[in-house]
Amino acid sequence: MTQTLGDEGVATGDAAPAEAIAPGSTASRGTRVVGLLALAAWGLLLLYGLVISPNDVLQEESVRLFYIHVPGATVGMLAFAFTAFGSAMYLWRRTAFWDLAAGASAEIGVVFLTLGLIAGGLWGEPTWGEYWVWDARGTSSALAVVLYLGYLAVRRIPSAPEVRRKRSAIAGLIVFIDVPIVHFSVEWWNTVHQPATISRLDPTIEGLMLFAYFLGMVAFSLTYWWLVIHRFRVGWLQEQVDERSLSDAIDLRRAESDGSSTEVTS
Amino acid sequence: MNQLDAWDNVALGYIIVIGLLIAYAAWVLVRGRRLSKQVPAKDRRWM
Repeated sequence: MTQTLGDEGVATGDAAPAEAIAPGSTASRGTRVVGLLALAAWGLLLLYGLVISPNDVLQEESVRLFYIHVPGATVGMLAFAFTAFGSAMYLWRRTAFWDLAAGASAEIGVVFLTLGLIAGGLWGEPTWGEYWVWDARGTSSALAVVLYLGYLAVRRIPSAPEVRRKRSAIAGLIVFIDVPIVHFSVEWWNTVHQPATISRLDPTIEGLMLFAYFLGMVAFSLTYWWLVIHRFRVGWLQEQVDERSLSDAIDLRRAESDGSSTEVTS
Repeated sequence: MNQLDAWDNVALGYIIVIGLLIAYAAWVLVRGRRLSKQVPAKDRRWM
């Protein structure tokens, strides 16, 4: 990265010529590298998750859904944490960069957590006998999806850019309240979800299963970074187009106004 | 709904997750490509 969006949301820095960075798309050398690494990680995940790793003693084949269910939900939650961080950074620095980064991360977080919930439902059916149970973790996770959809809706309320960004940043911090609730829900309430399996000093999953889970985390994390960079750039381009449209409309209105006053005076 | 056996659930889960990820990524890329054409080269610098 050779440039950052400055305090006025304007790109600054020692960049290469713009055409070299953005030849009609949002791709760059960096995104291509991350994208290829993500594809390789997904290939390994499919190999280890579906072929090489063994069946679980109790869950049998359905344990293979664990390798996409947990990473999808976990990286989705981390995406929401980045949205909160970006929101706080916006309120501190007031730069368009942090506003756009927070919005991009929230959208991808919603996608990832939704995928995690779908995979979880398909895992729950053979494991618990139900696709969905209203337990604390599932319900608080579904609530997170709804809250962040609301956050994304708030971002789309038409208003002056500074007002919209500040409103979005405050909303991004408020909705984050649900994320620690999701994390600690298995400790605070009795749920059908098991307590921490991986995030402890002695993980209760081991061998090839742990490795397949690790590959899932790598695949989802790389995919997140690849998507968030592209989505950030889409947001930046959208702001440019919106500003240009507004500027054109104002110029047209001024021209019409000048034309009518000229007619009146003549 | 008929009870699916475990492998059906596994296959369905991976197909849905990978399929939706591809669909979302394609939507982002196509939107970026379309918007990129509307912005002059000098303004297409973001990082």
